[in-house]
Amino acid sequence: MNLHDPQLIDMLYLLAAALFIIGLRRLGSPRTARSGNTVAGVGMAIGLGATLLIDGFRFDGVGFVLIVVGVLIGTVAGVVSARSVKMTAMPQMVAFFNGLGGGCVALISMAEYQTFLDGHGDPSTTTLVGIAVGSLIGAISFTGSVIAFAKLQELLSGRPITWPLQRTGNAILLAISAGLGAWIVAGAERGEVMLVLVLVAAVLGVCVVLPIGGADMPVIISLLNSLTGLAACAAGFALGNTLLIVAGIIVGASGFLLTKMMGEAMNRTIASVLFGAFGGGGGQAGGALTQGTVRAAGAEDVAIMLAYSRRVVIVPGYGLAVAQAQHTVRELSDLLESKGVHVTYGIHPVAGRMPGHMNVLLAEANVPYEQLKEMDEVNPEFKQTDVVLVIGANDVVNPSAKTEPGSPLFGMPVLNVEEAKAVVVMKRGMSTGFAGVDNPLFVAPNTQMLFGDAKASLSELVTAVGAV
Amino acid sequence: MSAELVAQITVLVLAAFVGFEVISKVPTMLHTPLMSATNAIHGVVLVGALLVLAHDPTDTYVRIVGFVAVVFGTMNVVGGFVVTDRMLEMFKPRPLEINTGGLGEDADSDVGDTDGGAA
Repeated sequence: MNLHDPQLIDMLYLLAAALFIIGLRRLGSPRTARSGNTVAGVGMAIGLGATLLIDGFRFDGVGFVLIVVGVLIGTVAGVVSARSVKMTAMPQMVAFFNGLGGGCVALISMAEYQTFLDGHGDPSTTTLVGIAVGSLIGAISFTGSVIAFAKLQELLSGRPITWPLQRTGNAILLAISAGLGAWIVAGAERGEVMLVLVLVAAVLGVCVVLPIGGADMPVIISLLNSLTGLAACAAGFALGNTLLIVAGIIVGASGFLLTKMMGEAMNRTIASVLFGAFGGGGGQAGGALTQGTVRAAGAEDVAIMLAYSRRVVIVPGYGLAVAQAQHTVRELSDLLESKGVHVTYGIHPVAGRMPGHMNVLLAEANVPYEQLKEMDEVNPEFKQTDVVLVIGANDVVNPSAKTEPGSPLFGMPVLNVEEAKAVVVMKRGMSTGFAGVDNPLFVAPNTQMLFGDAKASLSELVTAVGAV
Repeated sequence: MSAELVAQITVLVLAAFVGFEVISKVPTMLHTPLMSATNAIHGVVLVGALLVLAHDPTDTYVRIVGFVAVVFGTMNVVGGFVVTDRMLEMFKPRPLEINTGGLGEDADSDVGDTDGGAA
């Protein structure tokens, strides 16, 4: 059998695609998830290896040297950044890698187009469509992800950045880049057209993500991830490569579904995320200020309450992540368990910065996942709960999402913590959450506030509970 | 419309359905790792970057652009899988039951991460 046989390569591509699908399937359950990632990685190695078998692959020129050097640099940079990133910074890391993928597609399209302009071969319409679409989506995904990264890394303000005629401007940019793409397909045969197309699409990516507030970032990262998948698929058509088509569309489709699921968990449609400029308090009036008195408690009082409870539910939010308090909270829950208190964690789907982000942070602190309960599982249990400890969470425990049709949060599924006998809210101050909405929970008669940095307060609680 | 294009579109449509089906029943706690894994998988565009340089182009512009594409694609693949693995190595059963299974996987967990876990 000839190793350069195109059929052999296509069979290897099929194997790689099958391994991607098996890997993704295994990622659907906590016990098999890690092996699923490995399976997908093996698929990737097979797909890349098969590509080296393609007939006419030159191993003796500058091109191959560039490949080897590029792969070496990319591997070192990829491993170092992925290994050194803090667990709290995981969302922006994903955004960053996603942007690189999008940028890669845009560059591939540019290089491929130039190859044809240099007179190597005659591109079919399919190829040109792939090139135009790939460069357009790839460039949007690249700059969009970079902005998302900068916002989450707080290099840019997390607040929505808005300017007049935003949507009109974006529509014009989209129309220009689509028009340039159409020109390329119709036979522009000019490198400048491609450069301008990529440039306009890059500006569009910036303009689309800048107005989006911090609260909606996970949804937008997931959407950009899906877009990069579609860009990879377009590159597959440009290069006539089945693996790129299959893997690209699988990521595009699953990423879109994931985006929808995340949106639903936050009560946001993709359209409202893209056009809403919501989150970070952008023009969202708080409405009628919540009436009532806030009761502040001391760590000792709370410690006694906790130590003499039978059932405690801990509701962690982004404040816990910011304070890096995941280890301290585990210390507290271990201590309470040793005193015979039943402790579970109630995890809202969008607690933290991304769905599942909080699970990752708590897992980092060795909290067993059996103790982590999802919203639907924990909501019926609040009535039998003695104390709910809300740590740095706000919008996800806001009862007005259920009771006030005028609230921007109305309709978002929330944790019914107010049904517990007592609620302790640990918070830095009385500021509103990402959504910029007042929270009536804070003034409820069964609520006490424990003000301060989450980590410092938790350490105090650990000491105080230990002394009880 | 060529036979090849029809075949490609067939594959495209069927794979899109697979993409929808494969993640339809995933618990929320795995959404972030899943997003990260799909992010690594679209790093398969590295294949495209390899193809750009495969025939040893002589045009300097193509060489430079292709080179940067290889770096970007490799970072997407390698970084994507490593970051996903780091997220997932934390999903372990209760420490008491650690001997019951998955020992091989736990054994290779990164030393740098365990100091945090022991706190």
